[in-house]
Amino acid sequence: MEFALSEEQRMLQDSVRRFLEQNAPLDKVRLAAGDTHTVQRSLWAGASELGIPGMLIPEDFGGMGLGFLDAAIVYEMIGRHVAPLPILGTAVMAPLALMLAGSEAQQEKWLPKIAAGEIVAGVAVTEKIGIREDAGVKARKGTLTGKSLFVIDWAEADLYIVADSDHGLHLVLPDAKGLSRRALNTIDKTRSVGELVFDQVAAEPLPRSSADAVARMIDAGRVMLAADTLGAGQMMIEKAVAYAGERKQFGRVIGSFQAVKHLCAEMAAALEPSRSLVWYAAHALDEVPGDARLMACHAKSHLSEVGRFVARTATEVHGGMGFTDLLGLHYWFKRIGLDRQLLGGPELVRLEAARLQGWAA
Amino acid sequence: MDLVYDPKYEAFREEVRAFLTKHKDQAPRGLGAAGRPSPDACSWQQLLIQHGYAARTIPNDYGGYGAKPDILESRIIAEEFSTARVPSALQNQGISMLVPTLLELGTEEQKKKWVKPTLRGEVVWCQGYSEPGSGSDLASLQTKATEDGDDFVINGQKIWTSTAHEADMIFCLVRTEPDKPKHEGISYLIFSMKTPGIEVRPLTTMTGHAEFNEVFFTDVRVPKTQIVGQRGQGWFVANATLKYERGMLGDPAAMETRFQALVDLMREETVDGQRAIDNPIFRDRLVRLQAELAAMKFNGLRLLTSASRGEDPGLARLIVKLQSCELTHQISALAIDVMGEFGVLYDDSPYLRSHGSWQWGYMFQLGLIIGGGTAQIQKNIISERGLGMPREPKLAK
Ligand SMILES: Cc1cc2nc3c(=O)[nH]c(=O)nc-3n(C[C@H](O)[C@H](O)[C@H](O)COP(=O)(O)OP(=O)(O)OC[C@H]3O[C@@H](n4cnc5c(N)ncnc54)[C@H](O)[C@@H]3O)c2cc1C
Ligand SMILES: Cc1cc2nc3c(=O)[nH]c(=O)nc-3n(C[C@H](O)[C@H](O)[C@H](O)COP(=O)(O)OP(=O)(O)OC[C@H]3O[C@@H](n4cnc5c(N)ncnc54)[C@H](O)[C@@H]3O)c2cc1C
Repeated sequence: MEFALSEEQRMLQDSVRRFLEQNAPLDKVRLAAGDTHTVQRSLWAGASELGIPGMLIPEDFGGMGLGFLDAAIVYEMIGRHVAPLPILGTAVMAPLALMLAGSEAQQEKWLPKIAAGEIVAGVAVTEKIGIREDAGVKARKGTLTGKSLFVIDWAEADLYIVADSDHGLHLVLPDAKGLSRRALNTIDKTRSVGELVFDQVAAEPLPRSSADAVARMIDAGRVMLAADTLGAGQMMIEKAVAYAGERKQFGRVIGSFQAVKHLCAEMAAALEPSRSLVWYAAHALDEVPGDARLMACHAKSHLSEVGRFVARTATEVHGGMGFTDLLGLHYWFKRIGLDRQLLGGPELVRLEAARLQGWAA
Repeated sequence: MDLVYDPKYEAFREEVRAFLTKHKDQAPRGLGAAGRPSPDACSWQQLLIQHGYAARTIPNDYGGYGAKPDILESRIIAEEFSTARVPSALQNQGISMLVPTLLELGTEEQKKKWVKPTLRGEVVWCQGYSEPGSGSDLASLQTKATEDGDDFVINGQKIWTSTAHEADMIFCLVRTEPDKPKHEGISYLIFSMKTPGIEVRPLTTMTGHAEFNEVFFTDVRVPKTQIVGQRGQGWFVANATLKYERGMLGDPAAMETRFQALVDLMREETVDGQRAIDNPIFRDRLVRLQAELAAMKFNGLRLLTSASRGEDPGLARLIVKLQSCELTHQISALAIDVMGEFGVLYDDSPYLRSHGSWQWGYMFQLGLIIGGGTAQIQKNIISERGLGMPREPKLAK
C-alpha cells in the first residue's frame, strides 16, 4: 500500500513544470489571451514534443500510454501555469472517446495524429450534463441536427467529437456542410470554448458508443478540471505568500499581520487535502472502477469550492494589485472560474453524486 | 500509487475480521471517550491487547503486545473495527499522550511502573497543563515547584483539566526555574491525584456535564524522581505529548463513522413526510461534507505512507487538527439542522433522537476546536511552519 506519487511521476511532473516555466511565462499567457481562439502553435508544438497530447493514448498509436493519475499531475502543472493549451478535449476526452467507442479504423486514423500533436480535437458533451437554450443534438441517418454549447477546445479544431441526445458519439469535421460555429467568449482567455450549430451535418458515428463511454469521458474530464484548479490554486497561494512577504504597510511586511497569515493558512488548509482527493479520483479511474464516478464528482465539486475560496482570498491578499491586470493574477482567478462551471458546476455534480448513491431520484 | 494491500496484509485483515466475528458480543456498549473506563471496557481493552488490537507496538515488558511497528496493520485494525462498528482500543489522555511520552523520554522505572496499568485502563490520567492565565500561551504557566530535600513542593492552579475528578494520576507542567526564560524553566512531573494538598473542583461545561475541572495545589509534595526528562526540559517533553494529542484528534475512521450515522439519520427523519435526504438543500450539504471527508481520508492515507517512509509530509500533517475538528463539527451541525426542533431537545426529553448524542457532540466538538491548540493557534502554525510566513513579533517577556 502506497499513497504517493512514484519517482517517475515526480520526474514527469517536474519536466512538465520546467517546460511550462520556460515556455508559458506570463507574457506568453498575455499574448494568448489577446487572441483566445487561436491555438498557440509554438507552445503546442513544445507540448507535443513532450508527448502531452498523447499522454493517455496507447503506445501502439504513438502515445505515451500513461494512466489517469499521470495525466492528472501533468494537468496540475498546466493549471499552475494557466497554460493556453487545448488539452482537455484533445488529450483527454477525444482520445477516450476514440479508445472506448471508435472502430479500429477510426482509432488508426485519428489517435496517432492526436498523439503527434498534429490535430486539435474539440469535444461537444455539455448537453449530456444539462440542456440550456434548447441545445442538444439529434442524430438521424448519418447526420446531426441541433446545437451544442461550451464545446471544449473549440478553436481551430480539426475534428469534433459530438455526443447526441441518445448516447451516440460522432466525428464531425469542421468544414462539414451545414455546420456553423460561434465563439463563446468567457472570462478565461487561456482556453477556448464555442458553440456548434448543426443543420443536417454529415457525421461519422463511433460504432461502440454507449452511455458508459460518454460517462467515462465526463468523469475523466472532471478529474482533469479538478487537477487544473488544484494547480492554479496552489500557484495562487504561493503568489499570495510571496507577495505578503514583500509588500510593506505600517512599517511591516503585510505577511506579518495575523489577519493575512490566517487567510493564507486557511487557503493551504483547504487546498492541501484536496490534492490527495484529486490523486485518488484519478487513480480510481484506472484502478478502482466502483469508486471512479463518485470520486470524479467529489473531486470536481470539492475543488470547485476550494478553488473559489482560494481564488478570491489570494486576490484579496494582494490588495488593489490583485485586482489589476498588472500582476496578471486574474488569469488564475478566471481559470478557476471556468473550471468550476465546465462539465457541471458543483451543485449539479453533487446531485449526480447523490444519485449514484441512491440518495436522489 | 498502489492501494492494493499485499497478500500478507489481506491475511491479517482476515484475522482481524475473524476476531471481530468471534468476540464482538463481548464489546462494551458506548465507550465514554474520557473518564474512568467501566469494568466491561477494561476487560475488552485487555482482550484487545492480548490479541494485538490495542497497544500493538508497545513492548511486552511494558504490557503491550510487542509487535513490530507497521502502520498498515494499525490502519487495517482501525478500518475493520470501524466497519464492524465495534469499539476499538481505549483512547484517553494516559494512553494517547502519557504512554508515548514515557516510552520516548521516561526512565526505565517509570515505564515499568506506569505503562502497563495505563494501557489496561486500570490507571486513569489527567493532563495538567492549562492555567487560568496560560492557555494558548502555555509556556507562561505559573504553577511553582520548589525544591525541598528529595521533593518538589507544588503550589498553584490548573484549569480545564479533563477527567481530573476521576483520575488516579496527573502529568503536570510546573515552573521549577522561575529565573530562566519562560520555555526553559518548566519541568514535567507525574504524581498521584491522591497526594495531600490537591483539591479538584469540577467545572460544568456547556454540555451540562462536568467534563473538566479546576485543580488546586497547596504544598503538594512530589518526590524528585517523578520528573520525566530533565529539570527545565518540561517544555520539550510536553511538546512530545502535544504531537501525540494532535494525532489523536484527526482520526478519519471516527469521522467516517459519524458520517454514516448522519446518513442513517437523514434517511429516518421526515418533515411533512419528506425524508431529510430527499430535501435538496440538506442533501447538497451532505454530499459536500462527503467530499471533504474523502479529501481528509486520502490525506490520511498520504500521511500514512509518509510516516512509513520516515518522511515529513509538512503541510499535509499541519492542517489535520484544524480541518478534522472543523469537519467533525460540521457533520454534527448538519445532523442538528436535519432534526430541526428535535435537534435542540436535550436531557431526557420525549422525542429525543440518538440519546441526544448529536446535540452533545455539536457542543463537545466545539471544545475540541478550542482544546489542544485552538484553531487560531493552528493557523499560526500552518502559516509560520508550513508556509514560512513571518513569526509574530515577540512582545516583551
Ligand atoms: C476597485 C478599486 C478602486 C479604487 N479606487 C481608488 C481611488 O479612486 N482613489 C484612491 O486613492 N485609491 C483607490 N483604490 C485603492 C484602495 O483604496 C486600496 O487598494 C486599498 O486601500 C488597499 O490598499 P493596497 O491595495 O495598497 O493593499 P495593501 O494595503 O497592500 O493590502 C494588501 C493586503 O494586506 C492586508 N493588510 C494591510 N495592512 C493590514 C493590517 N494592518 N492588518 C491586517 N491586514 C492588513 C490588506 O487587508 C490586504 O489584504 C481603489 C482600489 C480598488 C480595488
Ligand atoms: C474540551 C476541552 C478539554 C480540555 N482539556 C484539557 C486538559 O485536559 N488539560 C489541560 O491542560 N488543558 C485542557 N484544555 C485547555 C485547552 O488546552 C485550552 O483551552 C486551550 O489551549 C486554549 O487556551 P484558553 O482556553 O486559555 O484560551 P486563550 O488562550 O485565552 O484563547 C482565547 C482566544 O484567543 C485566541 N488566541 C490566543 N492566543 C492567540 C494568538 N497568539 N493568536 C491568535 N489568537 C490567539 C484563541 O485562539 C482563542 O480564540 C481543554 C480545553 C477544552 C475546551
